[in-house]
Amino acid sequence: MAKIKGDILINTERCKGCEVCLAACPFTVIAMSKEVNSKGYRFAMKVNDDCTGCTNCALVCPDGVITVYRAKVATE
Amino acid sequence: MEEQFAKTEIRKPENIVYKRTDLLVDRPLSYCPGCGHGTAHRMLMEVIEEMDIQDKTIGVSPVGCSVLAYDFLDIDMIGAAHGRAPALATAIKRMWPNHFVFTYQGDGDLAAIGTAETIHACNRGENITIIFINNGIYGMTGGQMAPTTLPGMRSSTSPYGRDVPTMGHPLKITELISHLPGVYYVTRQAVHTPSHVRKTKKALRKAFELQKENKGLCFIEIVSNCNSGWKMTPVQSNKWMEENMFPFYELGDIKVDGKLIEKKEAPVKE
Amino acid sequence: MGELRLMKGNEAVAEAAIRAGCDGYFGYPITPQSEVMEYLMAEKPFERTGMVVLQAESEVAAVNMIYGGAGTGKMVMTSSSSPGISLMQEGISYMAGAELPALIVNIVRGGPGLGTIQPSQADYFQAVKGGGHGDYKMLVLAPASVQEMCDHVKLGFDKAFEYRTPVMILSDGAIGQMMEKVVLFDHIPRRSDDEVVKQCPWASNGRPKTRTHNIITSLDLDPAGQERVNLKLQAKYKVMEQNEVLYEEIQCEDADYLFVAFGLSARICQKATDLARAKGIKVGLFRPITLFPFPAMQVSNVGNRVKGILVVEMNAGQMIEDVKLSVGCKVKIEHFGRFGGIIPSPDEVVRALEQNIIGG
Repeated sequence: MAKIKGDILINTERCKGCEVCLAACPFTVIAMSKEVNSKGYRFAMKVNDDCTGCTNCALVCPDGVITVYRAKVATE
Repeated sequence: MEEQFAKTEIRKPENIVYKRTDLLVDRPLSYCPGCGHGTAHRMLMEVIEEMDIQDKTIGVSPVGCSVLAYDFLDIDMIGAAHGRAPALATAIKRMWPNHFVFTYQGDGDLAAIGTAETIHACNRGENITIIFINNGIYGMTGGQMAPTTLPGMRSSTSPYGRDVPTMGHPLKITELISHLPGVYYVTRQAVHTPSHVRKTKKALRKAFELQKENKGLCFIEIVSNCNSGWKMTPVQSNKWMEENMFPFYELGDIKVDGKLIEKKEAPVKE
Repeated sequence: MGELRLMKGNEAVAEAAIRAGCDGYFGYPITPQSEVMEYLMAEKPFERTGMVVLQAESEVAAVNMIYGGAGTGKMVMTSSSSPGISLMQEGISYMAGAELPALIVNIVRGGPGLGTIQPSQADYFQAVKGGGHGDYKMLVLAPASVQEMCDHVKLGFDKAFEYRTPVMILSDGAIGQMMEKVVLFDHIPRRSDDEVVKQCPWASNGRPKTRTHNIITSLDLDPAGQERVNLKLQAKYKVMEQNEVLYEEIQCEDADYLFVAFGLSARICQKATDLARAKGIKVGLFRPITLFPFPAMQVSNVGNRVKGILVVEMNAGQMIEDVKLSVGCKVKIEHFGRFGGIIPSPDEVVRALEQNIIGG
């Protein structure tokens, strides 16, 4: 069996912590960090493996800091 | 910063399905966290990239928060004086008729100080694309009342709310220009949710395609937030925008193929 | 020799623009310069050379149209008269700040305010001292004949591109309206788009993948950066002062007295010079052709050889400040002016010389 799997890469240094991506994610993959980046912003980060690569978070990110990956992976 | 969830095996270049377009300059945007300008910029550049017209596109940036748009959009740009972008774009398009010319303007720029330039460029039917970001406030100068500030809405120059009898009505300039025969395509969109972003991008693409066909002026309003000016968090501001801005500035197409749309689309609910 | 024609000054400007290879004219009607656009619309250069001619919705729009066009490297111009030129100061300041080449023709009328539609030279300060906000100058040409109205269009475009600066032709309602014979220079073809791109590598006209994007702006939020912009502009103006001064000396060699006048006033002073010499008064005429850069050294050289100087202007005394700064205080310098649209007669100029300089 193959399954669609997604992943996101967040440029945390460019993230301004606006949290708009959180609401856009259908699977609650993103949460805010406790620590801050060098600009002093808490940043978005991936907190589970439920990402499907739907690109919603990346689309709404005003600063365009999210790269989205998607691939078919074999499931056991 | 270490990520708590390590990268998966699919995080490989060949599996990228979305990344920031290279037509955005690789530098931090000057906009406040959560501001719609960044998303609008990105959609605009994605359209230009997909149409492969960056070598034939000339953009005109305004005065306002997006005064520095030229620092972020990796295409040739000219920074206009406040409100004058449609005048610049008029001349540019007429002397470079095979190029793509757009203006990117805020509500103070386009609907207050630049009203004459906006209306006359529209009325002449210049073959340009006007991108109008409406957040109902002067963001750059610190949150003053704009021509599009809603009745009762607070700003630094309407601290008790916009009082219509003394301060006048908000101006629906998009509806106003839609009645001009030189204007071919008018739509009002938003960029705060994925589906709105997708629609905005479609609208931008359509406008640039129509420009190629010399159909006349295309006007895309993007209703956006100004969390700093509205004194809210970005997420709150997007909610406030849906609840207050969208009922007044209804989303959807206003004029298509040179014909006014009789019944407007209801605001999209996510 | 080029084509000889009888033309109005305003028409000569328009014809010269077509012949100079101008890419675009953007204007707004105002008396006494409306013939410029009327002539262009009648001649239809858009069908012959491809030159764009557009009637804008205001002078504000017109000047910003040329700002846009200039930013792409095109050869663009506008024309107007005093109240309209006041409205254009915004765009002129932006073009100076962004270092863009453009030609602005001011067919001056009497002011202040709506003033009158009759000729005046009361916009000298506005043209020469900046006019709009910020520290900037334009190269300012002051034609005294219809021939020069024609020639200064070509010269103005050349200098605008050489220095990447707005250039102003400061004329007046009389020269704009009067008809004289003019020898037109031969047609110069408009540059192709490729030639524009090549000639103006700084211009925003579409970024090929081989270069970084061009940005035309007058903004630099960093004070150090903005100071550098200003220093660059000032250095450019210094070079202009060294290289671009134009002037004319008429009967100055043996002169005891001197008229200093530009434009129409210089034409009147030319006649006044003849009248005075017929009376035995040895007077000469010094005519600045560039008002910025002002021929300071040259007027000083002549001015310090004479017993007195009468600066004749159709204003309340504007260029006289530059004459005094240039000549110094060893020589008596007085002003004679009529304003509000009154053109002084040569006789009253001679009388003013006799009363204020010789007898005074």
